[in-house]
Amino acid sequence: MQGTRKIRVLIAKPGLDSHDRGAKVVARALRDAGMEVIYTGLRQTPEQIAETALQEDVDVIGLSILSGAHKALFPRIMELLKQKGLTDVMVFAGGIIPEEDIPELKKLGIKGIFGPGTPTETIIHFMLENVPERT
Amino acid sequence: MFLREPKAQRCVEKLSKTGEIVQGVLAGDRRSIARAITIIENNTAETQKLNAQIYGHTGKAHIIGLTGPGGSGKSTLIEKIVREYRRRGKTVGVVAVDPTSPFTGGAFLGDRIRMQELSTDQGVFIRSMATRNYLGGIAKATKDAVKVLDAAGKDIVIVETVGAGQSEVEIIKVAQTVVVIHAPGLGDEIQAIKAGLMEIADIFVVNKADRENADKAVMDIQAIMQLNNKEKAWKTPILKTVALTGEGVPQLIEKLEEHKQFLEKEMKHEKSLLRAESELVEALKDQAVNAIIEELKKEGKFEEFLQKILKKEIDPASAAEKLLHRKFKRAASDAET
Repeated sequence: MQGTRKIRVLIAKPGLDSHDRGAKVVARALRDAGMEVIYTGLRQTPEQIAETALQEDVDVIGLSILSGAHKALFPRIMELLKQKGLTDVMVFAGGIIPEEDIPELKKLGIKGIFGPGTPTETIIHFMLENVPERT
Repeated sequence: MFLREPKAQRCVEKLSKTGEIVQGVLAGDRRSIARAITIIENNTAETQKLNAQIYGHTGKAHIIGLTGPGGSGKSTLIEKIVREYRRRGKTVGVVAVDPTSPFTGGAFLGDRIRMQELSTDQGVFIRSMATRNYLGGIAKATKDAVKVLDAAGKDIVIVETVGAGQSEVEIIKVAQTVVVIHAPGLGDEIQAIKAGLMEIADIFVVNKADRENADKAVMDIQAIMQLNNKEKAWKTPILKTVALTGEGVPQLIEKLEEHKQFLEKEMKHEKSLLRAESELVEALKDQAVNAIIEELKKEGKFEEFLQKILKKEIDPASAAEKLLHRKFKRAASDAET
């Protein structure tokens, strides 16, 4: 029987904070939207995140961060993804990210940034709109 | 007519792309391995081409299946097993299977949580797979994903499945050595027998052996195992582990190695034959059923009988019999003319 392609998403928590409620809520919502969600737990290094994305061949990476270290960690993650040739993976982020940092992060190639209180439908909609086409 | 040409060209492009991925897999390139498994999972026209090119390069890895009830510590134990193999200089592939939700088609794949420290080790490749609603519990694609890791040169390939109901019995079709894991306090040991786990175990592990009722669990299982073992050439051992600390893991690896040698000496051919047979039968079933359904749909017969079944004019089994009878009678008369 011919299968269909499923959207595979990595939900990762870089850095040292241990607040994973948001990440888990998003992971659950994406699963309920029919996606395959790989959840890797707390305190992931940029290297672990990039390598996991490669092995799992994900279409999308969602980064959740509440520690304030996004300006240090996100550039490193984006750099590693580039090094590994994962330029066709869409990255979005959520958590506590100040408004003034958003332009800088978007310049890095992070497609969407969602603060606290974002309805999960918004994120799902965003993902379905922006998930990269694959040949 | 001219519409055909670009399509043909696209086919050639696709083929060479598959060829490139296969070359990458054989060279052990991680990106290619990841892509190959995605192609297998998506089950497209490309899949068969890929599988066909991979198959000839398989057969070197020791394929280990690990199954047991949720909460018994499978993922944690696998992490420790992988570490021990790495210490011994072996490369390892892991395929961790989790269920797809039958309602939404989505899946939450969380086996990596316990293994994340391994993810940056270049000698380890971990892939999470969802069952994608195939019957049998183990993703249909699992078998082929294992072959990709085998062809990529991994010495050991471990398949983790949730053991509930029928799914764990499927694992004997994939793995050469089946490890069944149980933990005290998860419920009656009788449950383990009921689930059919006892018969398929080449090695039985009682994990969380630091718990107070672990010895009783071992004794209960031993009592049943002794009966099972009586006439078997390979006596299923029962081992104790504490996955959290790694206690008992070196002994488990020893047993795994022993079983591998046993297979090579005693029954490699027999088991390989069984596996080849089941794979051929499954492939035949798959392709025959798909072909028949497609043809029936084209003729409108499928829908017609579906409606009859809905109206209770006929039962599904009789409908199938009628449809097949028609089909084969026609095939026979076609052959005559």
